[in-house]
Amino acid sequence: MKSFLDKVWSFLSSIKLAIVIFALVALTSIVGTVIEQQASYSENIRVLSSLVGQGLAPTAYKVLYALGFMNMYRSWWFLTLLSLFAVNLLVCSIDRFPAIWRIMRAPVKPIAHDQMKRMPIKEEFVSPGSPDSWLEKSVSAMKSIGFTARTEKEAGGPVQLFAQKHAWSRSGVYVAHISILVILIGALVGVFFGFRGYVDLPEGYTANIVYSNDMDMSDPGQVARRESLLGALYSEGGDLQKAAQSLNESLPGYEKDLRSVGVIPLDFQVLCQQFQVQFYGQTDMPKAYRSLITVLENGKPVVTKWIEVNHPLKYKGVMFYQSSFRLRHDLSNGVAIMDVRSPSGQTETLKMKVGQSFSIPGTKETVRLAKFNPALAFDDQGHAETYSQLMTNPAVKVDITGPDGAQSSKWIVQRYPETWSLPDGSSIGLTDFWGVQATGLQVRKDPGVWIVYLGCILLALGLYVAFFMSHKKIWVRLAPDKKGTLFTVAATCPKNRHAFEREIEKMVTHLKGGN
Amino acid sequence: MESSRFFGLSEMAYILAMVVYVIHIAFRKKAVGVTATGLAVFGFASQTLAILLRWREFYLLSGMGILRSIPLTNLFESIIFFVWCLMLGYLIMEFRYKNRSFGAFVTPVAAVALLFINLSGMSTQIEPLVPALQSNWLLAHVTLSFISYSAFALSFSTGLMYLIVTTEDRREGAYIFWTVMLGIFAAVLMAMGLDYIRFSSAMKSETFVRDFLFKSSYESGSSAVRVISYAATAALVFLVWRFGYILKKVITGFNMQAATLDEITYKSVAVGFPIFTLGGLIFGAIWANQAWGVYWSWDPKETWSLITWFIYAFYLHARFLRGWKGRKIAMVATMGFVAVIFTYLGVNLLLSGLHSYGSR
Repeated sequence: MKSFLDKVWSFLSSIKLAIVIFALVALTSIVGTVIEQQASYSENIRVLSSLVGQGLAPTAYKVLYALGFMNMYRSWWFLTLLSLFAVNLLVCSIDRFPAIWRIMRAPVKPIAHDQMKRMPIKEEFVSPGSPDSWLEKSVSAMKSIGFTARTEKEAGGPVQLFAQKHAWSRSGVYVAHISILVILIGALVGVFFGFRGYVDLPEGYTANIVYSNDMDMSDPGQVARRESLLGALYSEGGDLQKAAQSLNESLPGYEKDLRSVGVIPLDFQVLCQQFQVQFYGQTDMPKAYRSLITVLENGKPVVTKWIEVNHPLKYKGVMFYQSSFRLRHDLSNGVAIMDVRSPSGQTETLKMKVGQSFSIPGTKETVRLAKFNPALAFDDQGHAETYSQLMTNPAVKVDITGPDGAQSSKWIVQRYPETWSLPDGSSIGLTDFWGVQATGLQVRKDPGVWIVYLGCILLALGLYVAFFMSHKKIWVRLAPDKKGTLFTVAATCPKNRHAFEREIEKMVTHLKGGN
Repeated sequence: MESSRFFGLSEMAYILAMVVYVIHIAFRKKAVGVTATGLAVFGFASQTLAILLRWREFYLLSGMGILRSIPLTNLFESIIFFVWCLMLGYLIMEFRYKNRSFGAFVTPVAAVALLFINLSGMSTQIEPLVPALQSNWLLAHVTLSFISYSAFALSFSTGLMYLIVTTEDRREGAYIFWTVMLGIFAAVLMAMGLDYIRFSSAMKSETFVRDFLFKSSYESGSSAVRVISYAATAALVFLVWRFGYILKKVITGFNMQAATLDEITYKSVAVGFPIFTLGGLIFGAIWANQAWGVYWSWDPKETWSLITWFIYAFYLHARFLRGWKGRKIAMVATMGFVAVIFTYLGVNLLLSGLHSYGSR
């Protein structure tokens, strides 16, 4: 029985296993980067067709699907591989730690003269003066390169000085290995106690639920259940409590049901007050985009913040990231926000819907908002058309009725202030068309991220120590000689030997020549 | 743009340096060697100047902070920076090891990388930054990644040289490995050259891969051309395999010890691996977490970085703990760099052409 356990232990701690795992993770991951993960059937059929041809693609899909490659980083075998990797790391570390601990704790001891000559770094020379007269100088020479020497007299006269430095650097490899375990633990904490979701909020809308990124939409049963649970919520105007009651459930029970179908209830609400995009010059390439988000507790605002890419909002451990934006299909609820200036310089900010009319102060003109276009362009015949799916070039068409009843109309384009002025000297500046854009937010909760960061710091430190620092030992033997003192210098250093040799050379110059 | 003139100058200097380094290993004249080094240093200096000028141009154009304006935001700029790091690493090595032979292997990598910019017709314009790239992590992440890529490139060249020097038997695995690798490498470059010659007038950088890459060879509309292309590649691989001993003779002529090559290979990996872990993986994860709220999402770029990391981890463990030596370990080092190239170019050029995911 014991021998069986020993076998399992030595299998799990073997470096061979580690190497096999490295190779397997690397090779299978390659497949995972070619097959698009969590994608639709048609998407991957397209990918496979371009690789193996149209005829074989469905068969290839079936085989790869059965093996879990369509969502391979969450498949049982990949997770097993990662777990095995973690166990291997842990067992290896436990297995080898006592030996390394002994080396780290072991004091350096004097060694025999002929053993010194077999060391990787060695040097022998004679300097005038007796060993006794050199003793103190030798100690301070060793000190000059950072070694605190201990002294021991050998039988028959010679004295040996010996010291070591950075013995603890042997632990660097360990710290690096343990840090990977820390990172994996942090990732697990994130998986079990956090969520990854998204929400799409039009300007002026509030949400108290977000949708999970990890929901498998390929199961029709789950999708139907999700529809019915969400249906109850919609018909109660988004009130979770009332929706639970309508289903004869307790609130926690209803929330649990929602989570099981990839809908995550928040215990507060988020409101998108406004969304803005800034473009590079007159191009349609976004330079920055941001949303004014307000967090509400029981309907009362508690935090308001502009969020943009790289600058998220954090509330109660939940992070809101600006990720995308879109134009709503229904533009009818949009409100044009306009700065209207009369010929005499009087200004006024107006909020108008399409179809509404207003008069410009100080004039007898009436203006009617006739049309809105989110991305105005003109075709060859001069007809207005929409050139983009986003609000890249918002414009409103106004019909102006003069005091004499004369009719005219013109487009007012937000991007081009020269289109804002009217013939009589007044102007209508379009500052925003509010309510037609929606902001896309990624919503995350990951209490494990700090554990992951801790692991990253440990990994960086561990690798630094492991690759750039080394456990150095040095011995200096002073023996009486006819011409003075015979110095024997020996040293070991597992890494960066050249640098250490230069240091020793520096030390030796203090010991060569006259006393 | 001032900077492009100096980029051109450095490219010329590197190509000339490559030729002179090769002449140097053939004739071993001191004066020739000094000329080669002079050209390499001159190329490096003008490239440094060009990068600084472009940085300034970008800074003035973008109106962002100086740290955020580092010219490392598109493929063109990153290749330039990669070559810069590679040449810096090489020049340091040349002065430390007092050996120029190696230049004949590094300058071609630099020259090919710069020629690749011309061949692929990628955009060399200064482009405005998408919001996700407007982060200070860009500087830390990208510079450290490329420093590590350059270290890996060095280990690749020395590893390959090690294989060339130490193999003889044409039936031996390691010999077949390096000849096939070199043959395919040359064939792919030639195929891209053909695309360039055929389509250079019609080419636009964004659509190069989808519309033109390998369209005059492996992906040609005519099946005859496709068959000929594969046959030509096989023939080229065969030629390298058959006459590989000539290369061996050339390199052994350099008085480059196999042990030195092995040591440089290891040292480059030992420098590259921690820097790659910190700059490539850790900083990348922190940045991703800040921009998208996920530090790891298994997207192809991340996954390929991890594959690269595992191959070099494999190298280190096999070398230290399993005692793998010589040819076996040199093959692992060269494979590692193939993964680096794929992480760097393949994911952007090939997988993004295959997938519909955006280029984030």
